[in-house]
Amino acid sequence: MAPSLHSLPTTVFLLILAVAVASAAAAASPSSPPGEDGIRVVAAEKRIDLTGPIVKVFLTLKVQNAASASEASYVLLAFTPTEVQHLAIVKATRAEGKRKKKTYVPLPVEPSHLADAPNGASLYAILLSTPLKPAETTTLELFYVLTHSLEPFPAEITQSESQLVYYRDSAVILSPYHVLEQATYIKMPSNRVESFTRVDPTSRSGPEVKYGTYSNQLPNSYLPILVHFENNHPFAVVEELVRKVEISHWGNVQITEQYKLRHGGARHKGVFSRLEYQSRQSISGASSFKNLLARLPPRVHSVYYRDEIGNISSSHLRSDSYKSELEFEPRYPLFGGWHCTFTIGYGMPLQDFLFQADDGRRYANLTFGCPLLDTVVDDLTIKVVLPEGSKSPEAVVPFLTEQHLETSYSYLDVVGRTTVVIKKKNVVGEHNVPFQVYYEFNPMFMLAEPLMLISALLFLFVTCIAYLHMDLSIGKSQAS
Amino acid sequence: MAAASAATTSALEPLLRSLRLKTKQQELLLRVSALALIYVLAFAVRLFSVLRYESMIHEFDPYFNYRTTLYLTEHGYGEFWNWFDSESWYPLGRVVGGTLFPGLMVTAALLHRLLHALSLAVHIREVCVLTAPFFAANTTLVAYAFGREIWDSGAGLVAAALIAVCPGYISRSVAGSYDNEGVAIFALLLTFYLFVRAVNTGSLAWALASAFGYFYMVSAWGGYVFIINLLPLYVLVLLVTGRYSQRLYVAYNCMYILGMLLGMQIRFVGFQHVQSGEHMAAMGVFFLLQVFFFLDWVKYMLNDVKLFKSFLRITLTCVITVGTLALGIGTASGYISPWTGRFYSLLDPTYAKDHIPIIASVSEHQPTAWSSFMFDFHILLFLFPAGLYFCFKRLSDATIFIVMYGLTSMYFAGVMVRLILVAAPAVCLISAIAVSATMKNLTTLIRTKSKSPQTTSGKATGSKAAAKGAVDQPLPFQHNVAIALLLGAFYLLSRYAIHCTWVTSEAYSSPSIVLSARGHNGGRVIFDDYREAYYWLRQNTPTDAKIMSWWDYGYQITAMGNRTVIVDNNTWNNTHIATVGRAMSSYEDEAYEIMQSLDVNYVLVVFGGVTGYSSDDINKFLWMVRIGGGVFPVIKEPDYLVNGEYRVDKGASHKMLNCLMYKLCYYRFGELTTEYGKPPGYDRVRGVEIGNKDVKLEYLEEAFTTSNWIVRIYKVKPPKNRS
Repeated sequence: MAPSLHSLPTTVFLLILAVAVASAAAAASPSSPPGEDGIRVVAAEKRIDLTGPIVKVFLTLKVQNAASASEASYVLLAFTPTEVQHLAIVKATRAEGKRKKKTYVPLPVEPSHLADAPNGASLYAILLSTPLKPAETTTLELFYVLTHSLEPFPAEITQSESQLVYYRDSAVILSPYHVLEQATYIKMPSNRVESFTRVDPTSRSGPEVKYGTYSNQLPNSYLPILVHFENNHPFAVVEELVRKVEISHWGNVQITEQYKLRHGGARHKGVFSRLEYQSRQSISGASSFKNLLARLPPRVHSVYYRDEIGNISSSHLRSDSYKSELEFEPRYPLFGGWHCTFTIGYGMPLQDFLFQADDGRRYANLTFGCPLLDTVVDDLTIKVVLPEGSKSPEAVVPFLTEQHLETSYSYLDVVGRTTVVIKKKNVVGEHNVPFQVYYEFNPMFMLAEPLMLISALLFLFVTCIAYLHMDLSIGKSQAS
Repeated sequence: MAAASAATTSALEPLLRSLRLKTKQQELLLRVSALALIYVLAFAVRLFSVLRYESMIHEFDPYFNYRTTLYLTEHGYGEFWNWFDSESWYPLGRVVGGTLFPGLMVTAALLHRLLHALSLAVHIREVCVLTAPFFAANTTLVAYAFGREIWDSGAGLVAAALIAVCPGYISRSVAGSYDNEGVAIFALLLTFYLFVRAVNTGSLAWALASAFGYFYMVSAWGGYVFIINLLPLYVLVLLVTGRYSQRLYVAYNCMYILGMLLGMQIRFVGFQHVQSGEHMAAMGVFFLLQVFFFLDWVKYMLNDVKLFKSFLRITLTCVITVGTLALGIGTASGYISPWTGRFYSLLDPTYAKDHIPIIASVSEHQPTAWSSFMFDFHILLFLFPAGLYFCFKRLSDATIFIVMYGLTSMYFAGVMVRLILVAAPAVCLISAIAVSATMKNLTTLIRTKSKSPQTTSGKATGSKAAAKGAVDQPLPFQHNVAIALLLGAFYLLSRYAIHCTWVTSEAYSSPSIVLSARGHNGGRVIFDDYREAYYWLRQNTPTDAKIMSWWDYGYQITAMGNRTVIVDNNTWNNTHIATVGRAMSSYEDEAYEIMQSLDVNYVLVVFGGVTGYSSDDINKFLWMVRIGGGVFPVIKEPDYLVNGEYRVDKGASHKMLNCLMYKLCYYRFGELTTEYGKPPGYDRVRGVEIGNKDVKLEYLEEAFTTSNWIVRIYKVKPPKNRS
């Protein structure tokens, strides 16, 4: 090929371009996390369950690693700042095997700081059990729970109105990856849907609204939507729950739970008419609730239900060999914004909960969370009061909690009981999983209190005997 | 024991003999174990309320006591002493530390602290609930000692047993009845016992102890006035009957001076011991004793009857003149306050009805009916005169005291229902003397073989035939009659025990906060409406909300609802209560102005028309009208009556059908069917269909009604904008 005069500038231009591209690639590479650049979400399906007071989201992601990329050890998930604030729990599973041999393996999820997401969004990393090889595809099932995400509108309703709420989300999935094909389904409790944002294609059939299918969405896309619908489910919110677990090696585990309950739905305004409430139960106070259900362990005994001013006599306990159910009514029906506080206490046989570990330590196997069904606990404190004389306590909880130790005093305590305090905010039913408290305990300490009582009584009798046999009068010697 | 030892081998015999108790020891063992059992019984019988209901504070006043005790344990004594309570009597407030008898609260707080020091982590509520039974049990010990002092240890034991279950006392001392009387009866009896003991022994130590007992009584209950008037009366009687002695002089002087000085330390009582007309008798007798002592001394020194007589005349004239002058000047200058209305109403049962409707409106201030005497004393009512007879038969300083205590307290019990409580220990003690003396006589009769010719000094008489007197020679069938009478006495006493248990469990163990009724299928139905309403107030109203209700519910609202009330059960300001009575009995617009001036946010009324709960506000309404009308003549009782008849149906007066209380109770009641086969709006308490079914409220709105409609709370609307 004969060199021509005008070919030189072209070559130079190409060279410059190549350098520029290379440098741009070099500049971009530190910001993109390693192993991630090749991931594509081939198909995504998001199902939002709005039938209760708590928002439950099921997300299915079909993830593919690009052929040219390296192995990926995790997949990232993005949440908006408001979602992060209300996010109670995230669970992930990965489908392994095919067809009939398909099994779901749970995967750990943790907040990720590896990469920055735009607009304050937070990333959570799903750590894969086996890394995703190039060109491989896998299916991830995700589940997360959002609390306090249904905003009542109107914010105040009268007794005869039913409760309407807003739910805000995005029509497309917020993801740091390319999403090739996706759909979002929103399920509402009833057919009464006031309005919903249209992002075509959008369709509604009865209580369900479908957004999508959308294809080829860029990373970090967000299309805000707003759904306004009726939700009369009891919005029971436990603002504060203190559970005290007292372990006695004499055979009993005593649990005391102090609740501070609020109706978290639309605020009640104006008149409360008992007549309306009694005679037209179905339409009057539709969003209010008057009873609650607590699921307690089997074989509970001496259950009580009371508050600061005394016993509340409206409760029923049903027991079978798997569980006990305590159905109870607060003193008055709870309307939006009304509060009530109460205490539930019960005893349980020790052998169901206390075990000996292989290393000789003892451990109590207890259930985390709140026994009330379908409630959010804003602030949960669990105090495990170990018997007097216990040493080196250690709590093992499957998720992040705040823990510290304190000393509490009860009947006949001299040195006080070691108490493990576990705190967690924003707790939902999915947190009701077992946790363990390990400690060392010498059985000799069990005898301390009975011996104390015996010696006190002995002392009393000895003093009585001594007193009866002594003559303390002054004048006797003179008289005799 | 003897048979057992005969059967065993001879080697064991000395050992067994050494273990055998002497008669005296046996008697002591029996006595101590009987007393211990009585102690336990007195405590246990008062726990019916806890078993039937729950461990809770009862009724009205105990809620105030509980609230103050809670404050005392949380804030300490200094702050309690200086506590100004702005939650009651809005907008006046109440100086709580200076207007209560702190004895009960301090006792409970000390017990609580003691238990915690022993590392028993009891809640203060449990301490408060069990304070009254604990002190009742202690009272049995005092009754035993007192009985032994005036008669013998047998009478003491019987007295302890009788007082342990006496319904008149139980009515105020069941578990949960956390009221002043609970500890005061103990203190009262203790003071009396120690004083009698001091008179009997002439010992300064006992007199001092009695002064401290009196101090405790002053700190616990306003009923101490009874002591400070009974003791001088007793001294006076002893003087008149010529039983004056040095022992009496020592006992009374020491007790009066120290008791007075100690009593002054209680802020609520203060200088009343020297300034109030009710305490003047004690002071007068004190001076009289000095004069008496002086005259006695002069008589001894002069040794001349004629000279002494003229001296006596001069001294007596001087003393009487000076005394009358001092009293007259004191009263005229206002230094000595006149008798209070309550005191007057004790001396004259009709006084309160005419002058102080607020005292007359309380059911426990009504004169006692015969049935309630029978209900509260049972056989003691018959044993009481018999005991008096025995006391007169064996007159001593101590028996004179118990006779006087019995007679005066019986009189007061007749004037006011609640004072049966004060009479109960005296009646038990005197009855115990009757029982013990009779039993003793009968058993001696049975023991001495009828063949033996010697005369029995005992009186072979039954309790009812006590007047027969002594017999010198054995009557025919004496032995058998004695056995029959003994069995009869045993039968009567067992009836007494059964009656007491029944009364306690059925009548006196209801907390009156929680109501229970039998359902149509025999099951127990609980009406917990009061607490439902109070808890609703506590949880769902602004913390500075002011609640207007009739004064009966004031203590409960502040204690359980934790909200400010306009008036409460401490009825110290009649005008304020009358203002509330006026608001309740006015038309809605007039009432609204009154409520605005008192910053009322909520109005609470109690209504029993749905459940048939009869002590509701409609039935109390006439008292509100009377008390309101007593201060504000705009309210006239006849406006609410039709031909002198109180009615709520169609025939009721216009004012009645449209006053605030009527409207609040019957708002939307006309739409409710309460009983099958009756028209809607049928009031089950009054048994009529209400007269105004179309109640419209303009300035108030229904805020809450409890599940059985017993408590209804209305919100006062804010004033309209002036556009």
